[in-house]
Amino acid sequence: MRNSLFKKLLSGPYIFWIVGFTVLPLLVIAYYAFTQNGQFTLANITAITQYAHWKALAISLVLALLCTFVCLLISFPLALVLRNLSLAKGHLARGRNNMIVMLFILPMWINFLLRSYAWQMILSRNGLLNGFLSLLHLPKLHIYNTPWAILLGMIYDFLPFMILPVYNAMIKIDQDVINAAYDLGATKQTTLRKIIFPLSLPGIISGITMVFVPSISEFAIANLLGGGKILLIGNIIEQEFSEGNNWNLGSGLSLILMIFIIISMLFTAKYDKNGEGGTLL
Amino acid sequence: MANKLIELCGISKSYGSNQILDDMNLYFNENRFLTLLGPSGCGKTTTLRIMAGFETPDTGKVLFDGVDITNMPPNKRPLNTVFQKYALFTHMNIAENIAFGLKIKNKSKAYIDDKIKYALKLVNLDGYEKRMPDSLSGGQQQRIAIARAIVNEPKVLLLDEPLGALDLKLRQSMQYELIRLKNELGITFVYVTHDQEEALTMSDTIVVMNQGYIQQIGTPEDIYNEPENAFVADFIGESNIISSTMVEDKLVNILGTNFKCVDVGFGQNRPVDVVIRPEDIELLSPEKGIITGRVTSVLFKGVHYEMEVMANGREWLVHSTVMKNVSDEVGLYVDPFNIQIMNKPESEDEEAVKIDA
Repeated sequence: MRNSLFKKLLSGPYIFWIVGFTVLPLLVIAYYAFTQNGQFTLANITAITQYAHWKALAISLVLALLCTFVCLLISFPLALVLRNLSLAKGHLARGRNNMIVMLFILPMWINFLLRSYAWQMILSRNGLLNGFLSLLHLPKLHIYNTPWAILLGMIYDFLPFMILPVYNAMIKIDQDVINAAYDLGATKQTTLRKIIFPLSLPGIISGITMVFVPSISEFAIANLLGGGKILLIGNIIEQEFSEGNNWNLGSGLSLILMIFIIISMLFTAKYDKNGEGGTLL
Repeated sequence: MANKLIELCGISKSYGSNQILDDMNLYFNENRFLTLLGPSGCGKTTTLRIMAGFETPDTGKVLFDGVDITNMPPNKRPLNTVFQKYALFTHMNIAENIAFGLKIKNKSKAYIDDKIKYALKLVNLDGYEKRMPDSLSGGQQQRIAIARAIVNEPKVLLLDEPLGALDLKLRQSMQYELIRLKNELGITFVYVTHDQEEALTMSDTIVVMNQGYIQQIGTPEDIYNEPENAFVADFIGESNIISSTMVEDKLVNILGTNFKCVDVGFGQNRPVDVVIRPEDIELLSPEKGIITGRVTSVLFKGVHYEMEVMANGREWLVHSTVMKNVSDEVGLYVDPFNIQIMNKPESEDEEAVKIDA
C-alpha cells in the first residue's frame, strides 16, 4: 500500500506541470473566447468569418500545406538515397550516413530567430542573393516581403522535423523485404510504390504533423521575412493579444486554429500506431 | 548434359579484400533437393544470392537451362527465394502477400484466388487469408513465405536458412514439411544451412563448403561415411580424425598399431588422415581388441553413452549403448570397412571439386 502511494506521489510534479501549464491555460483561453466583458458570446468565434481573418487563415493554411509538401518532397528521396548508401557494408558507410543526416539537422540547434535574421540578410533588396545575381548581370529578385520568403523560411526551419521521422522509418525496412519484392517480379518502381512507400508511411505521417502544426500557427517568420505586410492567422492572434489588447478575440481565433491542429493530430493518431513520432531524436 | 538446370561456372566474389568465393564450379539438375552446407562465412549464402541475382559475381557465369543469366535482374529470373527472417510484407494480409507476385504478372482474379487457396492448403494454413503476418507464429510466417514463393511456379526454390529462426521442435517438423512440399511440387530446392543434421535429413545432394571452396559434393550417405577430408569429417558429425601412415594397400598404421582397412591406391608409407566415427568403435574385453585402453570419462546422452578412452597416447571418442565405468580396461576394435582413409590436404584451401550431382 505504502509503496503504491509512494509511486502515486512520484507522478505529482508531472500532474502539476500538465494542469498548471496545459490544462489551466486552455481553460483560460476558452473562458476569454466565449465571453466579452463577462457576458457569454459567440462573437469571438464567428469573427473568423470577417474577411481579414479568414483571408489570414487561408494564407496560413496554403503556406503550411505548401511547406509540408515541399519538406516531404525533399525528405523522401533524401531518405531513400541515404538508405541505399547505408546498404554499403562497413562502419565507414554508417559513419558517413550519420554525418549527412547530421548536416541536415544541424541548423535545428541554432536559435530560429537567428536563422530567420540570416535569411533576411540573404533575401533583402541589397542582400547577398541580389548581390550575387548582379555579379552575374542577372535581374534582381524581389523575394523579400513576399509570401515566398515566408515559405522559404518555414521550409528551412521545419525541414529537419520531416527528414528525421521519414529517415528513421525508412532505415528500419529490412532489405530482405525489398529483395523479396524484386524476387517476386516487381520492378524498382513497383517496389517503391507498393513496399517502400507504405512501409515508411508511419514516418511520413509523423513528419507531416510535425511540420504542419507549427507552420500553420507560424507568425515570427512572417514578421521577419514578410516585412509585416502579409498577415498570417498567427500574426492576427499575436496582434490581438499585444497591440489590439483584445484577449477575447485573440482567444476565439486561437480556438479556431486549434481545430485545424486537432484535425491533423487525429490524422496522425490514426496512422502512427507505433509512435514513430517519438523517435524524433 | 542437356538437363543441367543451374550451372555456376568459375564464380568468384569478394568484398574489399575479403574473398568470399574463389573460382567456384557447381551444377545441378531438375527435381533435386540440394543443400549448401558449411560454417558461417563459407560463402554458401553468397552463392545463393548470386543465383537469386541479389549479388553479381566478380568473375564467372550463372547459367539457367543453358542460358546466361549472370546480369539478369532478380525480378526477371525464373526462380524464387525464401528468406531467413521470412521477409513478409507486414502491411498486407496473407492473401495479398501470396498474391503479390501473381498480380505483377497480371493474372486473372479467379486464377489468383485459386492459387492462394491451393498454396495455403499446401502449407496447411487454410483459412488464413485475412490474417496479418504479425499475428502468425514464426513457423506459420515461414510457411506463408514459402507459399508466396511457390505460387509463382518457379523451377527452383532458393531457401536461405529458412528454419534458422525457429525452435528445435518446430524445425524438425518443418524439415518433414519441406521434404513433402518438394516431392509434391517436383521442383528443385536449393537449401542453405549450417546445420549438418538438417542437411543430412532433407537433401538428395549435399555441397559442403568452407572458406569459399567446395569441399565435397555427394549424397548424405557419401558425405557422412566417406568424407574426403578432415574438414568434412569434422563438420559432419563427431569423429576421431587421426594423423596416420598408410603402410601398404589395406593396411594403415594408426598411432603405432597396424589396422586392417579396405582402401587401396594410396601408395606405401604415405601420411594420411584416418576418420573413425565414434559409433564404429566397439568396446570389447582387453584381449579381444586391436588395441587396449582405459576409459577416462562417461556421459549419458540418451540414445547412447559417450565415452572417452585413452589408448596409444590419444583420447578416442566412442559412442556405445553398452556402458563401461571410468578406469575400466577395454579393448578397442574397428571393422576394416569402417576405417575411412583420406589424403592429407595439400594446403589450407582444398581444390574445388566437380562431381556429377
